[in-house]
Amino acid sequence: MSAVLQTRNLMKRFGGFVATNDVSLSVEQGARHALIGPNGAGKTTLINLLTGALKPTSGRVILQGEDITDLPPHQRVRRGLARTFQVNQLFPEFTPLEAVVLAINEREQLGASAWKPLVRYPQVVDEAAALLERFGLSDVMGERTSRLPYGKQRLLEMALAFAAKPRVLLLDEPAAGVPEEERHEVLAIVRALPSDVTVVLIEHDMDLVFSFADRISVLVSGALFTEGTVAEIAADPRVKAIYLGEDA
Amino acid sequence: MTVIGETTAAVSSTGPEHVAATQLRRRNAWRAYEIVLWLVAIALIFMLPSKALLLTEIAILALFAVSLDLVLGYAGIVSLGHGAFFGLGAYVAGLFAMHFFPEPVTGLLVAGLVSGLLGFVTSFLVLRGSDLTRLMTTLGIALMLAELANQMAWLTGGADGLSGFTVGPILGLFEFDLWGRTGYIYSLVVLFLATWAARRIVNSPFGLSLKAVQGNRVRAAMVGVPAKSRIVVIYTIAAVYAGFAGALLTQTTSFVSPDVLAFHRSADVLLVLVLGGVGYLYGGIIGAIIFTLLRDWFSVITPQYWMFWIGLVLVIIVMVGRENITRWHTFLPAPIQRALARAANWRPGPKIGGGQ
Repeated sequence: MSAVLQTRNLMKRFGGFVATNDVSLSVEQGARHALIGPNGAGKTTLINLLTGALKPTSGRVILQGEDITDLPPHQRVRRGLARTFQVNQLFPEFTPLEAVVLAINEREQLGASAWKPLVRYPQVVDEAAALLERFGLSDVMGERTSRLPYGKQRLLEMALAFAAKPRVLLLDEPAAGVPEEERHEVLAIVRALPSDVTVVLIEHDMDLVFSFADRISVLVSGALFTEGTVAEIAADPRVKAIYLGEDA
Repeated sequence: MTVIGETTAAVSSTGPEHVAATQLRRRNAWRAYEIVLWLVAIALIFMLPSKALLLTEIAILALFAVSLDLVLGYAGIVSLGHGAFFGLGAYVAGLFAMHFFPEPVTGLLVAGLVSGLLGFVTSFLVLRGSDLTRLMTTLGIALMLAELANQMAWLTGGADGLSGFTVGPILGLFEFDLWGRTGYIYSLVVLFLATWAARRIVNSPFGLSLKAVQGNRVRAAMVGVPAKSRIVVIYTIAAVYAGFAGALLTQTTSFVSPDVLAFHRSADVLLVLVLGGVGYLYGGIIGAIIFTLLRDWFSVITPQYWMFWIGLVLVIIVMVGRENITRWHTFLPAPIQRALARAANWRPGPKIGGGQ
């Protein structure tokens, strides 16, 4: 077991407000690591620091032994760190096929090729088709993304991240806002992610967290409150108090 | 229910790779309206020989507008100074013919190259800041260049313009004629080749990534698109195109007036795109046709006040909203709309709609 993603004393201040407070996190290779915490605990800020959307005030982010703290987001993606967004960040005018082809192109460093049409890259097309199938999108691959049902959009969110062939996939509330009847499909696909991909899951839904994760970190007020296996966290009365105190 | 990929059953037996390939192939197939447009442009050589000068003007403005569309429609940069590249191309073509070599295709390429160089250098300024900053930056560059051309009279002829050079036969074979027929054919060929190349560029992986940056910059970064370097490339290509357009104007008129760098060039071409629509290349061509015909028509009926009418049209467009004007067809009865869309967008290959 080795850590694939680590943070060292990560701090983020917005003015006087400390959004991330001295977080040193270690995610093991192949883990299903959940990040939980009440609203405003700094989960999304932490994700933004990991992916490079925000620069930390101090501290380091380390991916597979390499310090990536100063790299812009697209370079981190190329090094194997991909994310999904809590609120869909898709290309509304694209079809799922175009979006996935885009992601594969960029991973394969084809994005600067400006002459051959998309269809002339058969490996990309085949991989895109397989990916769309894996994420349950092959029957809607030609629709405009903005017209897809919400559940399908969530799946596309994941397919886009997955297309980068990430070593570490950060899932920010993958099932958030998905209507009940589409929910099982989304969850099934989350569970079926291959085991060599390390998954960091940010989630409110405790059922999903406890059934999916093997390790849980609890964030409170920007700081790492506790960390442990699912059983340990489930049995921890302080975690229960925080959750019930804040949420219920 | 929970098996991934179960949905494939819904797709025909040909398999998703095949469906994907077919859809991508259809994506960049030539539409019927494109083919009709080019055929009409060719037919006009024979049908309206007396209007060759006007047609040349349209072709040049169209090329210039296609260039701006690459910047505006594909890189999302609003430029008020695109005339800088046009004017530079015009002067370079004139000076090249005067001092080096009169053959126009060579001059065209050199003009494109020099404009492209200016585009490359200034693209780094355009990367900074928001829309308003960019507007001012592009405007500033164009104004500086115009003043430079005005001051360097020893090179550019100053306010009198650059004349006294002759443009040789195209490729040493085709003389320019007095009626502008060769000029039109030449401009049309350049416009066609440039549009064809632009089509390839915007339908390539590179073009897709540009559209992605425009559609959602945050997500584009998160799939690994380096937005800045892509914008530098397209801005440079657009500058080359504008340089071509400027060179065409010089070569078809054998004269360079300081007017090529005037502010109204940049404003006009933006107006052309407002008229024709942004982000599909042909907006520039269609807009150039409408703009030139309107101007021609207004200047015949009211020689002094045609600017007023152009201005009025612009105000109406802004009031009504470009979306509504370019969607004029949405006011037609639904069946006619559908038939029109089907006819205009027709292209070979089986129709595959996802989920239908």
